Amino acid sequence: MTHYPAPAQAPLPAPPGAYSSPIPVVRTHLGHAIASEWTKIRTVRSTLWSLGVMFLLVVGIGMLMTGTVGENEYEYSPILSFGLPGVLLGQLCIVTLGVLVITSEYGTGMIRTTFTASPQRGRVLAAKAIVFFLVTFTLSTLACTIVALLNKAALEGRSINRFDGSAEHQVDTASASMGEFLRATVGVGLFMALLGLLSLAVGVLLRHSAGAITSMLGVVLLPLLASLFISQISVKEKLQEYSMPNLVGQLYGVPIHGDDGGWGLLGLLGLVTAGMLGAAYAVLRGRDV
Amino acid sequence: MIELEGLTKRFGDKLAVDRLTFTVRPGVVTGFLGPNGAGKSTTMRMMLDLDHPTGGEVRIDGRRYARLKEPLKYIGALLDAKAVHGGRSAYNHLLCLAQSNRIPRSRVDEVLDVVGLSAVARQRTKGFSLGMGQRLGIAAALLGDPEILMFDEPVNGLDPEGIHWIRHLMKRLAAEGRTVFVSSHLMSEMALTAGHLVVIGQGRLLADTSMSDFIGQNSRSFVRVRTPEPERLRDVLSAVGVSPQVAADGSFEVADMEAAKLGELAAQHHVTLHELSPQQASLEEAFMRMTAESVEYHAHSTAGLADAPGDREGAAAPRGLEEGGDGGVAGGREDGRVGDRVGDRVGDREGGREGVPVWGADWSAKRRKGSAR
Repeated sequence: MTHYPAPAQAPLPAPPGAYSSPIPVVRTHLGHAIASEWTKIRTVRSTLWSLGVMFLLVVGIGMLMTGTVGENEYEYSPILSFGLPGVLLGQLCIVTLGVLVITSEYGTGMIRTTFTASPQRGRVLAAKAIVFFLVTFTLSTLACTIVALLNKAALEGRSINRFDGSAEHQVDTASASMGEFLRATVGVGLFMALLGLLSLAVGVLLRHSAGAITSMLGVVLLPLLASLFISQISVKEKLQEYSMPNLVGQLYGVPIHGDDGGWGLLGLLGLVTAGMLGAAYAVLRGRDV
Repeated sequence: MIELEGLTKRFGDKLAVDRLTFTVRPGVVTGFLGPNGAGKSTTMRMMLDLDHPTGGEVRIDGRRYARLKEPLKYIGALLDAKAVHGGRSAYNHLLCLAQSNRIPRSRVDEVLDVVGLSAVARQRTKGFSLGMGQRLGIAAALLGDPEILMFDEPVNGLDPEGIHWIRHLMKRLAAEGRTVFVSSHLMSEMALTAGHLVVIGQGRLLADTSMSDFIGQNSRSFVRVRTPEPERLRDVLSAVGVSPQVAADGSFEVADMEAAKLGELAAQHHVTLHELSPQQASLEEAFMRMTAESVEYHAHSTAGLADAPGDREGAAAPRGLEEGGDGGVAGGREDGRVGDRVGDRVGDREGGREGVPVWGADWSAKRRKGSAR
C-alpha cells in the first residue's frame, strides 16, 4: 500500500494582515443573556399558547365557580377559594411551558447555537430561569388577582349559615382578610413560578419534552392519587400533605391536610426547586451539548 | 487563529478524535476533510466547547472558547443549519443571538441582507428550505463580524447557485484576512475553495498540507496507451524495463514513462497505437486512497452482484477500493477508466459500470447523473 509521510505543518504565506472587525468588543454579562432570553421567550408561539391558556383557565374557571354560588346554597368556605380549580388546571400549562423553555432548544438543536453564542452555560441557565420566573410570576399573580377581586366583589358581605353543632343557628358575614388575599394572589403566583422553575430544571436534566412533561405531571398529580390507594394512615397523610394540590389548597385556605397557610410548603417547594436548579447547572456544565 | 493540541475525544470505548494537533491560520480557507464518521463534526464541536475534550485542548486566539466573553465577535460557526427553533422568525433568531453578545440590532438587518434573506426575515424558519436554513446559519456566523469562521459541510443540500455563492463568500472572507475553516467530505469541493488542507480519518490526522502540495503528492499521472497489438507492445515495453498495467478494457496504463517517449518507442518498433494520452488521477481518488483504510462504514461488495450473468468482465477485474484500499497505487484503477481529468470520481465508475456498490458511489453518482451508462 502507499505510504504517506507523517503529516507536517506546511509553511504558509504570511496572512495579509489579520482581520479586525468594526463592531466594538464589549464584555457581555448576565444582562445581555437576559435580554436574549426575553427575546427568545416572547418570540415563540408556545409561550403565547401556554400562558394564554393558563390565564384563561385561571380567570375563566374562577369566574364560573363564583357564578355557580347560589344565593341560598352558600355554605361556609373561604370566599377566595373559588379560584382553586382554575389554578389546579392552569398549573399544568406552567409545567408545560417551563419544560419547553429548555427542551425545545434541545429538540430543535437551537441549544448548540445558544451555547456557541454564550459558552457560559450557567449564565444562560440563570437568564432563562430569571426571565421565565418573572414572566410566570407576573402573569399568574395578575390572573389570580383578577379572580380574587371578582370573588371579593361577588361574595364579600354575604351572610353565611354556619352550623357548628350547637342548637343555635349562627349567621356570619363572609369576608377575606389581607393575609388570605395575599396568599391567594402573590402566594399562588409564587407557587406557579416555582413550579415552572422546577419544570425547567427537570427539562434541563432530561432534555426531552415528553419525558420531562410526563415526569412533572407525575410530581404534581401522583402523590395525591397514590394516597387514595394507600391504607396505611401515616403514609397516606404524608402523601396528601406534601402533594401539590394540598399546597395550593393551603394557600386558598382549603387544605386537604395540615394547615399553616401554605407558606411552609411554599418554602419547601422553593428549596426543592433551588436544589434541582443546582443539579441542572452541575449536569449542564459537565455535559456535552 | 485556531490551535489544536493533542485534542482527543472518547465516546465509551470508541476513540472519535485521536490526538489531533494542527493550526488553522488566517488569510486562507482551510479545508477540513475526512470521510463520514471521521470525527470532523466532533472536532468542530470541541472547538466551540460544546463537547468537552477527553484530552488536549483548543485555543482560539490563544484562549479557550469558554473564556471568550463575546464569542460571536471572535468566531462565527455554522455547525448545522437546523440548529434553529423553527417557531421563531429569522429576524428574531438572529436578534436573540445578537443580544446575548451585545451586537447592535442594526447588524441583524445587515447580515440578513448579506445572505439574501431580508424578504423572509419575518417568516418563521420552520418553512425554510434547506438552502435558506443554510443561509440563515451563515448569517448567524457572520453576525459578530468575527475573525474566525467555521463552517461544517456548508454546501450540503444547496443548489448550484448556492454552492457558488458559498464558495465565493468563503474566499472573500479569507481574502479579508480572516481564518476560515470549512469541513467537507467532498474533495472536489475543497479543491475549488481551500488553499490549505487538513485531512483526518478515524479521528487521526492524515495530512496537514497546502492544497498545491497535496495535489502534487497525491495525484499521480500516467499514460494511457491503446493498441490493437497488445502482446507486441508489452514485449517492446518490457524490453526497456517498463511493465504496464492492463486496464479492464484492454488498454495499457504506463506510469513511469512520458507520453512522447512512449510514442517514439512505439514508432521505432512499428506498433500501431490507437490512443496515447497522458492522464491525471483524480484528487478525489487520492483523497479516498488516503482515507480508505480509515473509512468507518464500508459498503461491502456483494459477490452475488459481481457474478451476475453478463457481468463477467467486471467480476474478473480486481477492485481496489472495496478491498480496503490496500491495492494502493494499482488498485482502484483496474477498470480502465481512471481519471479522465481532475475531478473524476472513482465511485461513479465502479458503481455505475460494474454494478458494485462502493463507498462514495451514492454521492458521486448524484453529481454525474448525466454520464450514467
